Amino acid sequence: MDLTFSAEERAFEQDVRDFISANLTPEMKRATALTPSVFSDPDIGMAWQRALHRKGWGAPGWPVEHGGPDWTPAQRWIFEAESARAGVPNVNVMGVKMVGPVIIGFGSPEQKNFYLPRILSGEDYWCQGYSEPGSGSDLASLKTRAVRDGDDYIINGTKIWTTHAHHANRMFALVRTNDGERQQDGISFILIDMKTPGITTRPILTIGGDHEVNQVFFDDVRVPVANRVGEEGKGWTYGKYLLEFERGAGIASAKLREALRTIAELAESDVTGRAIEDPDIALRMSEVEVDIDALEMTELRVLSALQTGQNPGAVSSVLKLRNSEIRQAVTRLGVDVIGNDGLAVEPARPFYKLNHEPAIPEELLPVVPEYLNGRAYTIFGGSSEIQREIIAKMVLGL
Amino acid sequence: MDLTPSDEQRLLRESADRFVAETFTADHRKKAANDPLGFSPAIWKQFAELGWLALPISEADGGLGGGAIEIGILMEAFGRGLVSEPFLSTVVLGAALVAECGTEAQKQAVLPKVAEGALYLAFAHSERAARFDLAHVDTTATKTADGFRLSGSKVAVLDGAAANQIIVSARIANANGASGKLALFLVPAGSPGLTLRDYARLGGGRGCSLDLKNVALPADALLGDGSDALPAIEAVVDRAMAALGAEAVGIMQTLLDTTLEYTKIRKQFGRPLSANQVIRHRLADMAMQVDEARSMALRAALMAGAEPVARGRAAAGAKAKIGKCARFVAEQSVQLHGAMGVTEELDIGAYFKRLLAFDTLFGGSAHHYRRHAALSGRQAC
Repeated sequence: MDLTFSAEERAFEQDVRDFISANLTPEMKRATALTPSVFSDPDIGMAWQRALHRKGWGAPGWPVEHGGPDWTPAQRWIFEAESARAGVPNVNVMGVKMVGPVIIGFGSPEQKNFYLPRILSGEDYWCQGYSEPGSGSDLASLKTRAVRDGDDYIINGTKIWTTHAHHANRMFALVRTNDGERQQDGISFILIDMKTPGITTRPILTIGGDHEVNQVFFDDVRVPVANRVGEEGKGWTYGKYLLEFERGAGIASAKLREALRTIAELAESDVTGRAIEDPDIALRMSEVEVDIDALEMTELRVLSALQTGQNPGAVSSVLKLRNSEIRQAVTRLGVDVIGNDGLAVEPARPFYKLNHEPAIPEELLPVVPEYLNGRAYTIFGGSSEIQREIIAKMVLGL
Repeated sequence: MDLTPSDEQRLLRESADRFVAETFTADHRKKAANDPLGFSPAIWKQFAELGWLALPISEADGGLGGGAIEIGILMEAFGRGLVSEPFLSTVVLGAALVAECGTEAQKQAVLPKVAEGALYLAFAHSERAARFDLAHVDTTATKTADGFRLSGSKVAVLDGAAANQIIVSARIANANGASGKLALFLVPAGSPGLTLRDYARLGGGRGCSLDLKNVALPADALLGDGSDALPAIEAVVDRAMAALGAEAVGIMQTLLDTTLEYTKIRKQFGRPLSANQVIRHRLADMAMQVDEARSMALRAALMAGAEPVARGRAAAGAKAKIGKCARFVAEQSVQLHGAMGVTEELDIGAYFKRLLAFDTLFGGSAHHYRRHAALSGRQAC
């Protein structure tokens, strides 16, 4: 067992650094640093996706035959760590990390040929149609219905908390095609063109002041049956597979480390009156850093055990839980570090395109919104309570 | 970068788990508790035959050249069985200090004997006034015509009564009486002026405090050439904390497994305890903390050979985090066993106490978070 990188891995690390420094513009870096929501806006994120795609790095987790780069676990680790360290924008994870693996795993050859290249190139921007107003943690109780009509389904219902639905041209959704014996039965996984008549989107502002999520309404929306992934009624299985990818097998610790480093820099700077000299702040910073160390090691252990593209299983719940809790600890620390400047509210968005001088130093603007928006980390993708239930069931066999 | 265990490491884990499960039963533990040494010399011989005592000693010094990962594998198994044999004192601390500081002659005199199981060592370093500051040593070594005289008091000497030789830290007194460099001395058991107050150690094994009154030692009792021993002590203690972390993981895993079984069997209000969500989520939290502790122990072992600041931050982080996780898992294991958990009739209490001892040894969570912050340049220690 060894934590150090081989000469080849070091050379790869240098490749990644060179690529990032050649492609990450100061504007992209600044925009990412000043974005207090979970995802980057598409103008920033997709520019990065296109750069990655040009290099052949558009989808690190995909098999080679679909355009994956065929990296070893160590290479994936290095790529994620270097990307986080450099502060690159978030790409459209709903495409690359969510629907992509499902299409690869369960889609038809036609679906693979059509959708996968468009995800890689950044031509398509995906959103996720899972939650509904009546179905939050109890996802399988969803009611949006798809009724068969010849070669089409006619969809009626509503989806909520749909991240970037206002930007997306495609949605993957779980819809009810049948009433099975269990509520998990009769759910199908379907791909929807957002320009289809009958789809309307309503923005929802979150407490940090950002427009990231939406409610989407379906009113007699006609979608070809050919857009269903896999078998009718088996959508729950595919959806769960995706959730495991959403929760884990990622490399969250590198981003957490970068978020902590940003807060640490503020704490060591005159802009916060050197908050680091408060012994409580210094200790909490070490406490959070050690938690990140632990998560990083767990991720490395999982990564070492996994083959590329393999389903991470229930351990993804452990990683999701810890990542979300540590993320909240970092943002909470951030609020305490900036002190009085946290009182100033800047309602305009995005922060990187303000056309006025902000009332507080620019780099402090995202800190409180990040904390406020960050309360969602322990709620989305299956709340912490749901994750604990999964761990009890799947890991402990209860 | 690869965290997959080698075939040798897998085999070591299997044989250690098997040996510990077969040997260290609850009955055995009761016997060991009544033994004046706190362990069984016959089992120590078996450790030697299995090659475990030679494992971390370098091949040049008559050992097998294993490292922190191998020590961690053994320690985790020892934790599962609450093993009280003086592996930490003799091998992880004692032999490592001799290997780190000793002259060639000292290494040859000590290390092969340790590997054979023919020599017990103990490390007498902590002092009452020092709390957990490794640099704080008031014990003095005054130069004499033919050697040194040691005077001072030590506390928390693990397995001191069993030791044939005790490694004692002291400051070498200058001619004018002012204290100088920190040094280590090999003090034979029974040396005139040496007084031991032996006690049963919390969680199993023995410990003692030590008084030294003008203990006369020959010049070659000084380990090495007399250069400052603090860096070596810090390195060895950091590695010992990684080893103790692995032991704590074994203890915590056993507590989790036992508690999990109990909550499935124990019925209240007509259903098993584990049918209650509040219990299920508590167990999920315990499982996560065991896993975090496992990651930190492995991390500290993998960083054991790193440069001092990186090594120290990894060791301090591990000690702090595992200590915090250990307290949680221990306390919740008692809690979920209900009143039975606070009796001596179950094993839970023994495991609980060993974790409490773990948290205390070399400083608890608060101390090591402070040390981590200091090593990270965030605040003065």
